[in-house]
Amino acid sequence: MSRYSAFAIAAKALNRHTGWDRAWASPEPRRRYDVVIVGAGGHGLATAYYLGKNHNIRDVAILEKGWLGGGNTGRNTTIVRSGYLQDDSVAIYELSRRLYETMSQDLNFNVMFSPRGLMMLAQTHHEARGYKRTVNANSLQGLATEFIGPRRVKELCPIIEISGPRFPVLGAFWQARGGTARHDAVAWAYARACSDMGMHIIQRCAVTGIRRGADGVRGVETEKGPIDCEKLGVVVAGHSGIVAEMAGLRLPIESVALQALVSEPVKPCLDVVVMANTVHGYISQSDKGELVIGGGTDGFNNYSQRGSFHHVEETVRALVETFPIISRLKMLRQWGGIVDMTGDRSPIISGTPVRNLFFNCGWGTGGFKAIPGSGWAMAELMAKGEPGSLAAPFGLERFREGRFIDESVAAGVAH
Amino acid sequence: MLKLRCPNCGFVSDETELVNGGEAHLKRFGPGSADEDFEAYLFMRKNPMGVHFERWLHSYGCGKWFHAARCTITQEVFGTYSAQVSRPPSELIAEISEKRPGWSYRDWSGED
Ligand SMILES: Cc1cc2nc3c(=O)[nH]c(=O)nc-3n(C[C@H](O)[C@H](O)[C@H](O)COP(=O)(O)OP(=O)(O)OC[C@H]3O[C@@H](n4cnc5c(N)ncnc54)[C@H](O)[C@@H]3O)c2cc1C
Ligand SMILES: [Zn+2]
Repeated sequence: MSRYSAFAIAAKALNRHTGWDRAWASPEPRRRYDVVIVGAGGHGLATAYYLGKNHNIRDVAILEKGWLGGGNTGRNTTIVRSGYLQDDSVAIYELSRRLYETMSQDLNFNVMFSPRGLMMLAQTHHEARGYKRTVNANSLQGLATEFIGPRRVKELCPIIEISGPRFPVLGAFWQARGGTARHDAVAWAYARACSDMGMHIIQRCAVTGIRRGADGVRGVETEKGPIDCEKLGVVVAGHSGIVAEMAGLRLPIESVALQALVSEPVKPCLDVVVMANTVHGYISQSDKGELVIGGGTDGFNNYSQRGSFHHVEETVRALVETFPIISRLKMLRQWGGIVDMTGDRSPIISGTPVRNLFFNCGWGTGGFKAIPGSGWAMAELMAKGEPGSLAAPFGLERFREGRFIDESVAAGVAH
Repeated sequence: MLKLRCPNCGFVSDETELVNGGEAHLKRFGPGSADEDFEAYLFMRKNPMGVHFERWLHSYGCGKWFHAARCTITQEVFGTYSAQVSRPPSELIAEISEKRPGWSYRDWSGED
């Protein structure tokens, strides 16, 4: 793989940029791999990458029914933060955020990580109290977050209306090292690195069945024929229930649609991420100038990647109230993704009753930020056959044991 | 906009007037049951791609619960029916079977 650099751009310019290698290969599948990963979203690709990088397992295929990064990884609003409440959550989300900081260098691919700062507005006293508690927990966890007052909110984000009629801004939870990244680039960066390690990324190859014997998993049926493997990792977000069914398992997961939309591009007006969870909306500005906007999930099981229109209306209404300046902006595009909501709204990184069959899912509405950390923990679980300290709290058995992660990391709106 | 007819009051309501109550016809388990059964009742869901039997509350209407059968891909509503039953009406099952060749109520319910 040739390295990307400013020098490479200059050198390739001499050949009118005709000499670039493909970023990843598109091979035909072999009949057998040591490890098969189902789903080439960020989490599946990161799992494969860390299997190779941290555990030297490189005979790996990643099977994708559509195109890589075409699921939620390419549909999200790219918010990255780690200021959660519980130790177990902070451990994995903060590892993830730290890995984002060096991802462009580590993978030699510009993922445009921008730690521009992120605020979650406190618009009720209850919310303010909750965020102060999180800040206290974070300081014990060694994580830099703070509770800031309305004046500082206005300084950091001049276009905000802090004395709105319904919900004046009482303050905000502020994580200065939170921000955004380019979602597609994250998938592409991992794909390129995996392909470079000799792994096979096979697109347009849906898994249609899971073969198992008495001793555990044997392999998968796919659109391109059967493929054997020793270990199988399923990382398919909203489709986890469907694939689990192929192995005769049921998961504590329900799939719902979550939407996002972007406005027409405007000049820079917002250089932080703002989340307003009381009124249900969040917003950031992309490098192209579009305002990237997200809101709430539909309240019912759903596999149509579209979502209900009234959520758009509610979200926009909430944001116009918070940012009156945007009231006459046109919205350009709207789309949806199918997110995987668990019973306690925390993710699952876990083995299953079927030996050598592993699931990574349940990231719901907030798993973009977790891609590197999740891949790291999942790779460790798959390589060793048992979870390391990062993945251990997120095992499936917690639902039976009543040992929930008491935190809505993937709750309908707050990312 | 999803629209459902409430069988209690007869009104056709927009989804904004309704609250979804999740999978219908769950078998309930309480204290004293096996851990697996209790876990399955509380958390494990069929979450199918296709026909889904579910509960709805007519919250901004008559305030009563009812059941619906809906496709989770096309959002087609096959029908709504009373909350007082633990199994969808046979006519509705027959209607869905006709519309969706290959679908069977037995696959959903596990009944023989
Ligand atoms: C609108 C929206 C906004 C969001 N905003 C944020 C945010 O701001 N911050 C944040 O942290 N998170 C956010 N999220 C959540 C985040 O996008 C997801 O948690 C994350 O991308 C999940 O990644 P993944 O790799 O697990 O899943 P995906 O990217 O969905 O990848 C799963 C892949 O599996 C494939 N697949 C499915 N079934 C099969 C099969 N049978 N065979 C083969 N392949 C299969 C799919 O095609 C897909 O490509 C948002 C999500 C949405 C929808
Ligand atoms: Zn009614």
